[in-house]
Amino acid sequence: MNSLRVIAAIFMKDLRVEWRHRETLAAMCVFGLLVVFLFNFAFEPAGEESLRLLPGLLWIAFAFAGVLGFNRSFAAERENAALEGMRLAPVDPGAIYLGKMLANLFFMGIAEAVVVFAASLWYNFSFIPALGWFTLSTFFCTLGYVAVGTIFAAVAANTRMREVMLPVLQFPVAIPIFIAGVEASAGALKGDAPGDYASWIKLAASFSVIFLVLSYLLFEFVLEE
Amino acid sequence: MPSDTPRAEPALELRDVSKQFGDLQALKSVSLRVAPGDSILLYGPNGAGKTTLLRVLSTLARPSKGKVLLNGEDVHSNPVAAKSAIGFVTHTTFLYGELTVRENLEFAGKLFGLTSIDKRLADVLDTFHLRERAGTMVRELSRGYQQRVSLARAFLHDPQFLLLDEPFTGLDAASAESLQGLMRRLEGQGKALIFSTHDFEQGKAIARRLVALENGKVRYDGPVSHAPIAVLRAADSPSAGALSASFP
Repeated sequence: MNSLRVIAAIFMKDLRVEWRHRETLAAMCVFGLLVVFLFNFAFEPAGEESLRLLPGLLWIAFAFAGVLGFNRSFAAERENAALEGMRLAPVDPGAIYLGKMLANLFFMGIAEAVVVFAASLWYNFSFIPALGWFTLSTFFCTLGYVAVGTIFAAVAANTRMREVMLPVLQFPVAIPIFIAGVEASAGALKGDAPGDYASWIKLAASFSVIFLVLSYLLFEFVLEE
Repeated sequence: MPSDTPRAEPALELRDVSKQFGDLQALKSVSLRVAPGDSILLYGPNGAGKTTLLRVLSTLARPSKGKVLLNGEDVHSNPVAAKSAIGFVTHTTFLYGELTVRENLEFAGKLFGLTSIDKRLADVLDTFHLRERAGTMVRELSRGYQQRVSLARAFLHDPQFLLLDEPFTGLDAASAESLQGLMRRLEGQGKALIFSTHDFEQGKAIARRLVALENGKVRYDGPVSHAPIAVLRAADSPSAGALSASFP
């Protein structure tokens, strides 16, 4: 019960900090929009071609927007050693991880919604017919990506070249999630039968559960000096 | 019927603790017992190991060798009990610049599982004269005020053992005097205080016990009033090697 209170407190604290300066979400959204915008100019896709491009470019936008967000999420904790302040409290280190992870998931969700909305306008593509399955697949893939991103951001926060270290550490591990994200999104957007791409969603869900459990258990060691 | 098992006296204890950072040995087989009511001045030149010792006691750093015990129990095997009993103030404030003083303290209160946060918050805001600044963002506060908030944060959960690393840094004369008074009162409340400062005279006015450290080793552990003249001389020239030059 106490852990739930701690998770909620950290989540609300991150939301409040972000509401005050709006740096993280702004950076994530601008970067995501830039990717979608530039691809539109580069390929000028229409109809079928949009459908072929969108899953890949959306996940490129999500991936890089995520790196920016994960790096920023630990910047506030590094300042004044606030993360050490949390370590001094009698709380389960896993609860700290889950609080930070949920806040990152929330910010990723907003950034993704903004990017998808912009893509639907610029590519003249309606996501509405596929919205249910597209949202489901994106949710599980994002969950896995955020689970990995949060723990590696905490690892990278203790290194000197943290901005460079995070993608170097995180991207190779997140490759299964990116592949699952692109394949499941493509299937959903094309209007394929859900059974055709359900295996990718299951892969993303399994990956998410494994990394959430592992990260929850290992976060104590990540925080150690 | 009384138990046959002797109950450990409440104490925070370092038992033969060493701490290694790469090639640097910051602490060398340090043993120290801090009991309620103790008021300890940790003194030594830069690099003596004062901060490392306080970080090990606070549970932030694990010893490379040896044990940290609270009431006879390893702090890392029962970290919840240990962390609830310890308050730590260091050079960094542990505060969020984008949150107000009140929000920072409320957040800390939630982490420490305080049930009556409002009452406790009002107490510490009054104790550290922060009531008027409660709604101010921490990043807008001067270094001295930030230090006060950091102290308020450490006192918030009413810890049994207070570890203060250079607590007077950044405080103006009035705040430093107020903190000195508070530190003296802690002894009477049965709390243990262990603090480091570069100002030996200031430390001497508060502490009853002196632990002199040099190169990670305890050179003297005893009453301040009985501190050997060698330690007092070294205090006048607090450079590395001054203590060991005084002790054969």
